[in-house]
Amino acid sequence: MIGIRDLSKEFDHQSLFKGLNLNIVKGSVVAIIGPSGSGKSTLLRCMNGLEVFSRGSVSVNGLKLYGVLERDYNRGQESIIIKNIRRKVGMVFQQFHLFPHMSVLHNITVAPIHVLGVQRAEAETDAISLLMKVHLEEKAKKYPGQLSGGEQQRVAIARALVMKPEAMLFDEPTSSLDPEMIAEVLQVIKELVSEGMTTVIATHEIAFARDVSTHVVFLDKGEIVEQGSPQAIFFNPQNDRTKAFLSRFMK
Amino acid sequence: MIMKYRIFIILGMLLQIFISSEYLPKSDAFAYQDTLEKIKSSGVITWGFDAEGGAPYVFHDPARPAKLIGFEVEIVEAIARELGVKVQFFQNAWDSILLSLRRGDFDIALNGIEITPERAQTALFTRPYYTYTEQIVVRASDNRINRLEDLHGKKVGTLYNTEAKRLLEEMGDVAVSIYSGQVEPFKDLSLNRIDAVLVDVPIAAYYAMPNPQLRMVGPPVGEGYYGIALRKEDAALAEELNKIIEKLLRSGELKKIYRRWGLWNSSQEKLFFHEGLLQKYTESPPSVSETTPVGVARFLPTLFKGALVTIGISLLSMMLAITLGLVLAIMRLYGNKWLQMVSTAYIEIYRGTPLLIQLYILYYGLPNIGISLSAFGAAILGLGMNYAAYEAEIYRAGIQAIHKGQTEAALLLGMSRRLTLKRIILPQALRIAIPPMTNDFIALFKDSSLVSVIAITELTKSYGILAAASMDFFKLGIITALLYFGMSYPLSWYARKWEKKLTSHDRNS
Repeated sequence: MIGIRDLSKEFDHQSLFKGLNLNIVKGSVVAIIGPSGSGKSTLLRCMNGLEVFSRGSVSVNGLKLYGVLERDYNRGQESIIIKNIRRKVGMVFQQFHLFPHMSVLHNITVAPIHVLGVQRAEAETDAISLLMKVHLEEKAKKYPGQLSGGEQQRVAIARALVMKPEAMLFDEPTSSLDPEMIAEVLQVIKELVSEGMTTVIATHEIAFARDVSTHVVFLDKGEIVEQGSPQAIFFNPQNDRTKAFLSRFMK
Repeated sequence: MIMKYRIFIILGMLLQIFISSEYLPKSDAFAYQDTLEKIKSSGVITWGFDAEGGAPYVFHDPARPAKLIGFEVEIVEAIARELGVKVQFFQNAWDSILLSLRRGDFDIALNGIEITPERAQTALFTRPYYTYTEQIVVRASDNRINRLEDLHGKKVGTLYNTEAKRLLEEMGDVAVSIYSGQVEPFKDLSLNRIDAVLVDVPIAAYYAMPNPQLRMVGPPVGEGYYGIALRKEDAALAEELNKIIEKLLRSGELKKIYRRWGLWNSSQEKLFFHEGLLQKYTESPPSVSETTPVGVARFLPTLFKGALVTIGISLLSMMLAITLGLVLAIMRLYGNKWLQMVSTAYIEIYRGTPLLIQLYILYYGLPNIGISLSAFGAAILGLGMNYAAYEAEIYRAGIQAIHKGQTEAALLLGMSRRLTLKRIILPQALRIAIPPMTNDFIALFKDSSLVSVIAITELTKSYGILAAASMDFFKLGIITALLYFGMSYPLSWYARKWEKKLTSHDRNS
């Protein structure tokens, strides 16, 4: 469903990705692990046009974005491609980025109403059912500032789901949460995965990655050092860098 | 007559009143010396005037700007010569000339000061040195107006705090436009903004006569006298000056000066019979207790009218400032290179030049290239365009303070840039912008007093006019200040409430 070919990107004049390749199959759950600064977030952001890259391509369901040095389309076309990709891929950020001036319900309905032209009543019904899914239906009238971090992140998930994406990208969804709230967010993601949503998750939660993912990618310094099934990566890592990284989590 | 507009002066006068002799043990606290003796012993007479008031009284010679010329310069020099002393020039704003005189900044005030009962209460006047009349000036092509009565129902320009203004107001149905400078009414007359100008003859003679587009019509109307103002206690000096004026009259020297400036007319013959002229002022001088309390109440409707104009101009120009400011901010933040440049240049130019100059250019400058705005239009445009520059920067700061994750989250939900700006960024930026916007609006509200330079009588101008007429700067000043406060406080109160409402949901953000 998502294919990354020969991805190259410079960051602060230093090359981050040097021809990275990754294939994400429909229905799979891909966990991207690796130390901070390894490029996990940037890789996710390249998949929905939030980051530009210099060479290579990212394709989502046949919609293809090229590196800026290899473009053979004009900017107008590019923005249409990006727009269409974003319709198919939802994203959840480490910092939630809920809209603080809108109620929880409004956060979820704003895009359907103004982007898709859905009637308010219908959008609100949808939103409530999504809130039930993330176990927050009683918070519909609250504002983001009145919620805990875990609750905010669950609202952010509901907000992304309301656009009915075909895949979800999670960018370290639990990294800025207090430990007691991590479980509730992971639980929601787990439920989502069990419904067959194509999922890419950049995470430090090794145990979670092991339990839910179908494919694990170990990224270090912008390079895919090793990838494979969770079984293979976590219990039988081949590369020394993978071993060193995992040894810090598995004692 | 002559008056340059200066709000600061008027405000300064409030202060002056507090510290002036009225509230301090008078002159005896400072070893009082008779002014005449002082002039003779020092060999210098200090003369207070306002050169900004302009021609033909006292003004800077256009050919040699360092030199002061004018018929009054010649009169003062003749007086000094008779006294056997030198002249020391003391430039003072016309509005406060009598207050500065009383404070002792100079010995005599001689600058087209009309002898009026109100002024005779605060200063001692010599015998008149000039008989002025009021002159009607119209466009050369206009023959509807031929005498004073024809001014009924017309728009007539005149100067702030003059007998001409009083005369026009007594006529009842004349739409009076009040100007601070002498050039502007004639400019507006040639631009068809008003139908006629009524001013003292010397001004009409100097400005209208050489202008082929204008012509003076009708017999001179009204009549009054310019006198030299002295401090109340300087009776000896008055006596000496009266003698000198008599001498200059008899010798024909005054006549020669007036001839040279085109100011001589038959009315000046009356100067010889001055004894009877001023009787009406000395017979029953209105007492302070009589005028002031009645006065202040009588002035309220005028002040309220001025306040309404202030509110109207402030609201409309703020609406323009908000709209244009937002457009400029968006151009600067999201526009292409050219739009960014235009917006930046606009902001820098408008912030870097005085509002007063911008108003002058809009109202008096644009007609030179064929665009003539109404005074009200120019005021709103001037204030609005000026404040737009400040608003733009406030919005820009507000927008930039919003985390870029907000934009990203919105874009990923499929929102367009436009929708993101409208629904996500601006509502949040607005909250940040409310306190500085409130500040600006209150500042604009007070800056609206500057538009009186383009013949709009708003609150501060109304105050200046009333205060100069009644000499009651204190009580009227307090009332005017209270009016301003009464209008601006609800604004900041409402802004605080609004801000509170918008931020009531942010418990931990």
